[in-house]
Order: sequence, then C-alpha cells, then structure tokens
Amino acid sequence: MPLTDADNAVMDSIINRYPRSRSAIMPLLHFAQSKDGYVTPESIEVIAKKLNLETAEVSAVATFYTQYKRKPVGEYHVGVCTNTLCAVMGGDAIFAALKDHLGIENDEVTSDGKVSVEHIECNAACDYAPVVMANWEFYDNQTVQSAKDLVDAMRQGNPPAPTRGPNKLPTWKENSAVLAGLSDGRANEGVQAGEPTLLGLKIAKEGGK
Amino acid sequence: MTKLTPVLSAFWDQKDSFTIEGYKRNGGYKAIEKALSMAPDDVIQTVKDSGLRGRGGAGFPTGMKWGFIPQGDNKEHYFVVNADESEPGTCKDMPMLLANPHVLVEGIIIGSYAIRANHAFIYIRGEVTHIIRRVQQAIEDAYKAGYLGKNILGKGFDLELVLHVGAGAYICGEETALLDSLEGFRGQPRLRPPFPAIAGLYARPTVVNNVESVASVPAIINNGVEWFSSMGTEKSKGFTLYSLSGHVKNPGQFEAPLGITLRELISLAGGMRNGNKLKFWTPGGSSTPLFTAEHLDTPLDYEGVAAAGSMLGTKALQIFDETVCVVRAVLRWTEFYKHESCGKCTPCREGTWWLVQILKDLESGKGEAADLDKLLDLCDNIAGRSFCALADGAASPIISSLKYFREEYMEHLRNGGCPFDPTKSTLFATAEAGAR
Amino acid sequence: MSTQEIAAETQVEMITVMIDGFEVTVPKGTLVIRAAEKLGIQIPRFCDHPLLDPVGACRQCLVEIEINGRKFPKPQASCTIPVEPGMIVNTQLTSPVADKAQQGIMELLLINHPLDCPVCDKGGECPLQNQAMSNGREESRFEGYKRTFEKPINISSQVLLDRERCILCARCTRFSEQIAGDPFITLNERGALQQVGIYEKDPFESYFSGNTVQICPVGALTGASYRFRARPFDLVSTPSACEHCASGCDMRTDVRRGKTLRRLAGDDAQVNEEWNCDKGRWAFKYVTQKDRITTPLVRGEDGELHEASWPEALHAAATGLEANRAAVLVGGRATLEDAYGYSKFARIALRTNDIDFRARLTSDEERNFLASHVVGTNVHYKDLDRADHVVLLGFEAEEESPIVFLRLYKQVRKRAMKVTAVAPFASRGNKKLNAELIATAAGNEASAIGKISGLTSKSVILIGERLSESTGAISAAVALSQSSGAKLAWIPRRAGERGALEAGAIGNLLPGGRPVTETAARVDLQAAWGVEGLPSSVGRDTEAILKDLHDGNIEALLIGGVDPLDISAHHHDGLKKAFVVSLEIRHSAITEIANVVLPVAAVVEKSGTFVNWEGRPRSFETAIEESLTRSDVRILSMLADEMGTPINLPTVTAAREEFNSLGNWEARSSFTPVSPTSVSASGNQALLSSWRLLLDAGSLQDGENNLAGTVHPSVAVISENRANSLGVKNGDLITVSTSHGSITLPCEINAIEENSVWIPRNSVDSKVIATLGVASGPVSVVKA
Repeated sequence: MPLTDADNAVMDSIINRYPRSRSAIMPLLHFAQSKDGYVTPESIEVIAKKLNLETAEVSAVATFYTQYKRKPVGEYHVGVCTNTLCAVMGGDAIFAALKDHLGIENDEVTSDGKVSVEHIECNAACDYAPVVMANWEFYDNQTVQSAKDLVDAMRQGNPPAPTRGPNKLPTWKENSAVLAGLSDGRANEGVQAGEPTLLGLKIAKEGGK
Repeated sequence: MTKLTPVLSAFWDQKDSFTIEGYKRNGGYKAIEKALSMAPDDVIQTVKDSGLRGRGGAGFPTGMKWGFIPQGDNKEHYFVVNADESEPGTCKDMPMLLANPHVLVEGIIIGSYAIRANHAFIYIRGEVTHIIRRVQQAIEDAYKAGYLGKNILGKGFDLELVLHVGAGAYICGEETALLDSLEGFRGQPRLRPPFPAIAGLYARPTVVNNVESVASVPAIINNGVEWFSSMGTEKSKGFTLYSLSGHVKNPGQFEAPLGITLRELISLAGGMRNGNKLKFWTPGGSSTPLFTAEHLDTPLDYEGVAAAGSMLGTKALQIFDETVCVVRAVLRWTEFYKHESCGKCTPCREGTWWLVQILKDLESGKGEAADLDKLLDLCDNIAGRSFCALADGAASPIISSLKYFREEYMEHLRNGGCPFDPTKSTLFATAEAGAR
Repeated sequence: MSTQEIAAETQVEMITVMIDGFEVTVPKGTLVIRAAEKLGIQIPRFCDHPLLDPVGACRQCLVEIEINGRKFPKPQASCTIPVEPGMIVNTQLTSPVADKAQQGIMELLLINHPLDCPVCDKGGECPLQNQAMSNGREESRFEGYKRTFEKPINISSQVLLDRERCILCARCTRFSEQIAGDPFITLNERGALQQVGIYEKDPFESYFSGNTVQICPVGALTGASYRFRARPFDLVSTPSACEHCASGCDMRTDVRRGKTLRRLAGDDAQVNEEWNCDKGRWAFKYVTQKDRITTPLVRGEDGELHEASWPEALHAAATGLEANRAAVLVGGRATLEDAYGYSKFARIALRTNDIDFRARLTSDEERNFLASHVVGTNVHYKDLDRADHVVLLGFEAEEESPIVFLRLYKQVRKRAMKVTAVAPFASRGNKKLNAELIATAAGNEASAIGKISGLTSKSVILIGERLSESTGAISAAVALSQSSGAKLAWIPRRAGERGALEAGAIGNLLPGGRPVTETAARVDLQAAWGVEGLPSSVGRDTEAILKDLHDGNIEALLIGGVDPLDISAHHHDGLKKAFVVSLEIRHSAITEIANVVLPVAAVVEKSGTFVNWEGRPRSFETAIEESLTRSDVRILSMLADEMGTPINLPTVTAAREEFNSLGNWEARSSFTPVSPTSVSASGNQALLSSWRLLLDAGSLQDGENNLAGTVHPSVAVISENRANSLGVKNGDLITVSTSHGSITLPCEINAIEENSVWIPRNSVDSKVIATLGVASGPVSVVKA
C-alpha cells in the first residue's frame, strides 16, 4: 500500500473515530482492501506502524476475519450462501453451477480478473433465499439461471443493480471503502425494503387476514 | 388468531422510511425529547417496568442490564449495539436497518443517556454494504439535526456514535468477542467475570444490546409501559419480529406479540409451499434445538419454547418441509460451526472438526448404528464443556435431530447414501417459484 | 512469593473450601486448581500457568463446583474460578462428570495431535503425554483424517514451531505479550486452522523467546540447539546459577556424558520466577570451543607458550610474581569464592591492595560509592514489586539485566508503575516500560538527575555500572536518594561484580566491606586470617593498574577473566612489558602475551556462588562432575603455597565457609560527593553514547550460532535534525569516528537527545572501545 498524503489523512481520520487507536485496525484493513483489493504484506506493515503495534498483532487480526483477503479477488466478488436454508433452497445448485460456468473453484478468480466466487455463510436474508451476494450487495431469490446471467454481465462490465442496494453495483474496491466507513453518497439509492420484509405489515394493514 | 402488531415495521412501506425526514414524519425523534427530560434512572426504571427482554437470543431483561452499570464511578461508560446478526436463519435486524436505521439511533441516544454513556458504537457485520451505507447516513443526519454530538436538544447531554464494521466472524455476535473485536483484537470471547457491565469496552462499564432491543425503546418511551406490557405473555412482554424463511408460500417478517404460534405464522405466510408437510423447523436460529410439526402450537415466547425443549433465540423460524434431508441440513450447520469456531477452546475447535467428519460419513451412508451413539457421546463431550455457547449451538441440531429423526440417519446407513433428491427442496423446483 | 506469604503480608482474607471431601484454606483470590494443588490433588491442565493470566482455553481442568448448595449446571474450568466461601469442588477423583469431561477433552486434544512422540524432543517430559496417560481414554475413537501442516518452521533462528503438535494453549503467545512485552508471536487464522505464528517478515526475536520453548506443554516449540539431541531421561540435571549477568537467575543445567546439552530457567519466586533470557538459556557453548585451554602453559625462551605440568607452571608463576611488584585484575565473571581467593591472594601473597574486579570503565566516585552505599546492603526484587516509582540511571534494564526488566514490566503492566529513565533516547525496552525519558547526552547525567522529582521512600533508584562514566552522576543519584528517601541499588552488568565487591576484590575494601584504611577492620581480618599485617593504603583501581604497568611502576599482573579491550584500547603495550599470570578458560588477547597461563573451570564445571544485584547469594553445584578443570580459588591457593605465603583455600567450600565466617563490617565509610562536569559538542561532532546489547560480541556467547542469529542489527541512532543536516535517511550509512578509528553503521532516526549519537558498545560491527578508543565524549559523525 504505497501511501499518498491523502491516504494518510484518511487513515488518521479513521483512527480519530475511536477513543483508542487500536480499535481502528479493522476499518484500516477494509481501507487497505479498497486500495489494493486485498490485504498485502505492505499494508500490514503500514497499519502496524500507524497504530504502534507489532506486525504480528496486525496479521493476527487480519487472518481471523474471512472478509479480509490474502490474495486478489475479482472486481466482482460473488458469494453464494450455502448455509443450510439457502443451500436446500437452491444455493448448492447455484454454487455448483457458477463454478462450472466460470471454470473456477471456491476462492478463485476468473482469468480476466472480473469475477471470483466464494461459498458464504448465512447473510441475514433468509426470507429472500436463495441469496447471492456480490461485493456484499444483495441479489435476492436467485436461480441457477439468474446467477449465471449475473456473472456473465459482470464479465461484460454491466452487472444489473442489486435487488436491495444502490442503483449500480460498485466494484470490490469501491465497496471496501464503504466498509471502512467512507461514504460514497449512495445511501439513498435503492428500495427501502423488499416484499418479504413488508409482508407482515401488508397483512396487518389488510386487517390481519 | 393473534393480531399482528406492526410497531417497528409500521411505516416500512413508505419509500423514504429510512431517511430522517421519513422517520420524523412518522413521529421519530420524539422519544428522545421525552427521555432526555427524565432523570436517567427513571428511563432505566421505565425500561425495566416495561418488561422488555433482549431480542438477540438470550432474553435477558434490558432494563436490568442497564441498571447494572455502576453510577458515580467517574469512569467512561459505553453503549454498544450488537448488529452482527449472523445466526443462521436470523434476518430481522438487517431489513430493519435497511428500512429504518433512525429508530436504532434514537434508541441508542436514550440508552446512552440512561446509563450515562457519552460514547456509543454500533458493531455491524461487514457483509451488508448497503445497510452500512444507510446506518452511516442516519448517523450523519442525526449529527446534523443535533441529535448526536454536543449538548443534544440543549439538554446538556453529549453523545458520540461510531459505526464499526465487522469483517466476517459469526463469533463476534457473542458480546465479549464483539468487544475484543471492537478493541482491535481477534474476536474471541473473554473470560467472565468481569462482565461487560463492570469491565467491558476498554475495561469500562459497558452495555451491549441487540439492535431490536434498542430499537424497541423509543416506542416504549413514547407509548408507555402499560401499552408495551399489554402485549405479549406474562413473562415475555411486548411485540417482536418473527422471521419466517424456507418452505412456506410467502416467507417474510411478521411483527407480532410474543406468544404467537408457528401454526398462526404459517397461516399468515400462506401455508406451506405446495401444500407440503412441515418436517422440522428452528424456533430461533440454527443454535436452538429443532422442533417438528408436534410443536406447531407451542407459544413462541421465552418460556413456551424453553418448556418445549428449545430456545426462542432470535425468532428465526426456518421452515423445512418433507423434501429436505435432515442429515444434510445438520451437516451443513455443523460445517458452519466448524467454519465459525474461533479456535480458542479445545471442545469447539477440535469437536466441530470431528463432528463434520462423522456427519459426512453418515450422510454418505458410511457407518453403523454405534456411530450415532458415538456422535451423541461426542456432543455430550462438547456441549457444556466449551468456553462460550457456540459449541452448545453446534451440538443442538445434532442432538435434536437424533431425537426426532434417528430413523432417517439409519436410513442413510441402510441405503448406503442419502435417499433424498436435493433438487426437490429448491426454490426453483416449482414453476411458480422459479418464475420469480 | 508463595500464597501464604502474600496472605501474611497483605492480611488477605482466608477462605476455606472443600475439595474432594477435604477442607483446604487458602487466601481469597486463589484459583480452584491451585487450592487443589495444596491438597496434593492434581487437576490436569495445559493452558494454565501460574504466572500467566488465566485464559480457560484448553478446558482440560474441568471440575464440578457448587457454592452454598447451588451447583453450576456445567463443569467449570478450575483454572479460572477463584475460591469462594461455601464452595464444594469435585474433581475427576470424586465426580464421574468431571472425569468424563476431562477424558472427553483429552480425546479431542489428541485427534489432531501427531503420533510422533518417538521422535519428539518433548517425549518423556511431555505434559500431554503424561496427562493422556493419567486422565485420558485408553483408546481413541477418532477414525478421521488429521489436520496437517508443514513440519517445523523456523520462527527465529533458534526457535522452531511444529504446528501439528500445537494444542493452542496460547501459553507462548501469552508469555510473549504479558511477560516479555514482545507480541512477535500471535495466534493466527481461526477455528481448527488457528495456529501460532509470526508475521512473515518479522521473526520471533524476543530476548526471552526460550521461555516459550520451556513452557510449551507439547513439542510444538523446540530450540534449534537442543533439537534431536537427547532424551530427557538420559540427562543428569543439576541446579545452577546463571553466569551471564547480575540478575541472578536460578538455572538448571542438563548434562549427558560430560557435556552440557541444555540449560533451563529454574523456579525461584523471589528472583527470576520461572523465566530467564535467551543468553542465559542458550549461551553455554563457549565452554566447549576449540580454543579451550586444557593444560598449563608457560612462555619459553622462544617467546612461545608451551604446555607445562602444573608444578612447572605454578613455579614459573610464583617466581615471576615474587620478583616483581604485582597487581591483580579479576574479571566480573568470578564467583564469590574465586573473588575471595583473588582478594586474599593479593593481600597475603602479593601484599598489595592493588586489586580491582571492575574490568571496565570506572571512577573513584564509583569505588567510594560501592564502599559507602552498596557493599553489605540489600535491595530486593520485592522492592521493585512494590515501588511507586523506579528511576533508571545509566542502566538499560532489558539489555543489561533482563530479569530486572521483566519484573519492572510486570508492575508496569499490572498497575502502570511509573518509570523514569535518564538516557539519550527511549530504547525499545524503556518504551515497553512506558518510561518517562529525560533525554540526556552521556556525560550530562548529573544535571538530568537533579530534575527528577516526586520520589518517595517507596521509590527505587537503579544505578547501572555505566553511570560511573559520567562524573558527578553517582553523587547526584546519592543526593536524590537522600533527599527523597528512595532506595538506591546498584546493578552491575556482570554476574560476579557484586560478589567480588563483597569479597574485597577492590582497592579500598577488604572482604565483608572492611575499609582497608581502618585499623580496626584490618586487625579484625588479620586475626581471622592469622597474618601479621595487611597493606593499609587504598590500592590502585583498574585504570591506574593498567597505566602503571605501562609506566613501569608495576611490573607483574595476576589476571583472571579480563579482556583488556573492555577497558581501554591503549594498554596492550603496558601489559606486554609486564610479567603476566593469566587464569583463563579460553585463549584470549591476554593469553597471547601472558607469561604463564593456568586453565580454570567454567561455571558448569565447578561449584560456587554468584551474588546478584540484590546482594543475594546464588550458590550452585558442579554440573559436569567429570571435568578435570578447577575453580580459580583452588589454583590461587596452590600458587600461594608455591610462593610460601599460603592462603589456605584448598576448596571452593573452604573458601565459602571462611568468607561466611568473616561476617560483614558494620560501619560504612562516608561518601564524598563529586562535582559534576558537563560535556558539549559542536559542528559535525556529536556526543557518543553506547551500551552493550544483551546479545552481542561478548565472548561467553561464542559458539552458539542459533542464538547469534537473533542478535539485533547494529544501528547508529541520530536525531532527525542531524539526519537532515547530514542529508541521510533511515538506513543510510554514517560514520562515527575519533582519532583512534571509525565505525560505520546504518543510521536510525529517532528522538535522541540532539547532541548525541548512539551506537552499540560491543557488537560484531561496533566495538566501541577497541575501535574508537573511548566510550563517550565528542566524536565526529559524517555521512559514509
């Protein structure tokens, strides 16, 4: 992570959010991913220096959390939920189909660098199962075909908008910056809720069935 | 028939429900005016009197938790919200924060005021970018409106609120692991005592509350204790979000008084998919022992579910019909616990490693009846022996599935493999669902 | 301190609990696992360690507990639960639930543990092996596949990590963080893949890394030097003491067939607790180097050394010493008994007070201070444990007395004890101590000491040997102690110095702190020794002895274990002129010019006593019984016999007993303060400062390449301003020089006192005294 003055200022602002600087380690790792796409050894060293920690202390944290990647992922990182409910609802089939379709295995990237796939755990959208995440944006109620179409569009550079998310799917690095707490101004884009979220309210308004 | 009670979800159908304007139009940020005019101890007492219990799984009385914070100790206090929602099947806090993050912000202001905290954090899981955007925006807008920062509403109360984004670790939903993570360490559970109320974040008195618990507070302040406690059952007061997922016709969120039954909820959801039979379900996420059709009329409150041998948990009702192989379901959950075990203690780290291997063999038909007893004995050596409750959760689906479906395990062994067709359980197995 | 002692001292409430039907009373706060130990009930455990914070990770120590009739629903980890009134504990001995829980945990620990005990260094002394036998199932039910990792990886040049064997108890990582303050090894990854590791580019180069090998309850961490070398049951263990510094560590030396195979930290709660430093643990191969002297040598007419018989050599030595005015230099590694031998030999055989144990830069101010404030006194580790404020003067604790550092760090970590350091910059050790730095150029310490305030009678001032290099600084420290009531302790770097002071191996004191100038003290000693008279004038110090050898005022020298280049670069010629009798274990610059060389025993080959900085005797026995070498005192006694002036110390035991029988002289001589001088620098000059790093070019570290691999790289520390004016950035080479020579090192830009430059004093590429001829004062600093 070669640091510009602007990067330094951003890192300092992240550190300043917290009463104690060490708390900034996670957002700083997200920030590192927004620069390099993954956590490079250099970024471990930079963060250690910034926070006055040993490098081992930073790598201990970086290797604990699965969202921090040790090697590059695709511009679009696709996570297929294969936890039990999504799996039986079609997640297993979708994940198998995507691997086959893209010719890559779990945690691998297509040769054009566009798409990587990973099987993920429950993403808190079970009423929209089966769920696919792209750069940690929701693609709800997926089928094998819709998932294939999604990755094809990604490789052509025009993925459809997430089901419940911004109007356009940001890249992995762009979204990593959001996870670091840096606003991209898109909070007001997209729906406030999907149909399942509103189901109970709708029924209540109709008189409780 | 129990009537639904949309409170938190009351105006989620308005397109701008997540904006500060939308929230205020629907009465938002009125509760802080009231709460900040009360003595902090009176706020705590109100929440105590309401009977509000934690909505994150354990059901501990929220007001009592606030009351544990020592006062006059000349130490910083911290108010921390657990928005790490990761328990399989649980999907209530995330849609709430997408639709209305401000209600959480308002609840945090009240809670922080009550426990005399001038610094609050929301620890949100990292895999939900758009929700993170919404919460971040809500915080910024609340600052701009003078609801956060210095001298809130001119009442002399200061509060800084920081959104902290996780990075993929189920265990951080455990409150002490969450605090370690928030402090910049590996998210592994801490030894207790000391409890967070005495030495939590940065070793200071800290309250850690679930999103839904905190979000329920503004309505209690606005509408009063009697209003809240008129809903629900004797020891489980109020309304809550029930999340139905899986093989029902219309999955979704249902805000109802505590004590509603699954039979009622399935009926609200339009019945089972294709009229299939209910096979098994989780009352509160994968860590709560499985129920079957015999539990359809169990009141879904803390006591009712416990009396029937499980836990209300997060009210994550994952519904599985007769097309689902219970061995496959349990194996997948077990793989989840293995993946999410933090590694700190032996029974969880090594036990989940072993359980997965045994279940894989059983699913593929390898083994004998004695292996089922070995599996149960192993669960006995893991559950209740580990550092935190994660391993208890890992053992739950195994023990409960063997209780209700031992014969199905045996069927795998006799059959030399799984007798189920996995395509039949998918969403796109039916034309109707596939067209969506 | 034992729990009883703590209870007695702090009047802790005592609590009685019932364990397996037996009552035991222990201080409040005692953990159940340790209360059980008091009854002789051993609860199996791995992560538990009495000196580390409880963690409850391995879950091996599960027991059933009830308090006042209320039973915990689940078995509890006895290593994390303090006793409470009304507590009833049932361990594996009386509770089937606890027994099954423990067997279950053991089975889980073993499923991923490789069955390589037959080739594992830990085999035979392995807590996992032992407790699997005592508390495990007869047979495993595991039929799956084991977790595999690449077999051992070096996490430093001296520590190897076998992740397959690791049971993740986190003793090593907790030690590194909690005890050493060096979190260079951490737990990485998660779940079943969790593993101990370093950051890929930064090895585990903590000075205390060896302790992790010792406390590892399996064979996951092993030392490169001991790996595959021995079986524990083939080793003969002897309690010993460490010869490397004045901390005074209790040690254990493990020997097989006459050869030391390893040394371990001993357990002494008063001193080193259960720790030691890597130098103490691993630097012992100097004893078996090829240049070891095995027979007496006498320089012949041809100018060469020739092997000689003991009678020949003793005769030659005696003749030379009798015929000339002689002085004695005894190195800082001598045991108390040996130093006493030199001291008595000087007074009786050579009839001189020209003796000094300080084989280094010294001052008269220091010698007076030692006589007035140090000899016969005691300040203890316990005083550090209780101090409200510790001041470090001319003393880098982590480099120069590492166990003192650990004790300070413990209190800093536990209760944020205040530490103040007078030094040119904050070293890594002082940063770990969170020390308040009074940035001071070497030579200007006196005025800096004057600025220290807020000390009380609970404060401790620690003076290192280097403070003697700054005129008036010791006087300032004495004044600070007197005005504040703070305790004053002197911490020399070498293991033998304090004992040698007590033994009177110095020009102003006789044994037991008897001033040479005090008639009553001399008479007392004359009576004990049975001699007519003793020399009564203050003897020469090290510097004066060397100068007068050069000038011809002294013509002979008895010298034991001294490297003259530690003292000065200038005196080699003077030594060449003199008749030199050298007592040495290995060839050195001195044996090259000595007339007679007498081989002596190394520490592991002899018994003796070191007196640590506290004034605490650390006696040890011979570890290598087969050795033919003898302690210095026995040889000196033979030499005295040969000279016809017997000192009657035929054995180490005799020397110890005679010394102990003398007792201490009560009256202390008074201290005359010395006025401070100050130093300054101008232009491209800087004021030199330096100290020795723990691991450096010291000859006692010879022969241990794995240890040498962890030496911290030498750098020259300069300020940012100086770097700017020289036009250098971090890592660029700069040259530090005097008229005598120059040293070129990569620079490190640090917040150092503006006028100062710091370089290591005795590292391979930075031998300050030998190369620059000085250890302080103005030097030139330029870009290389």
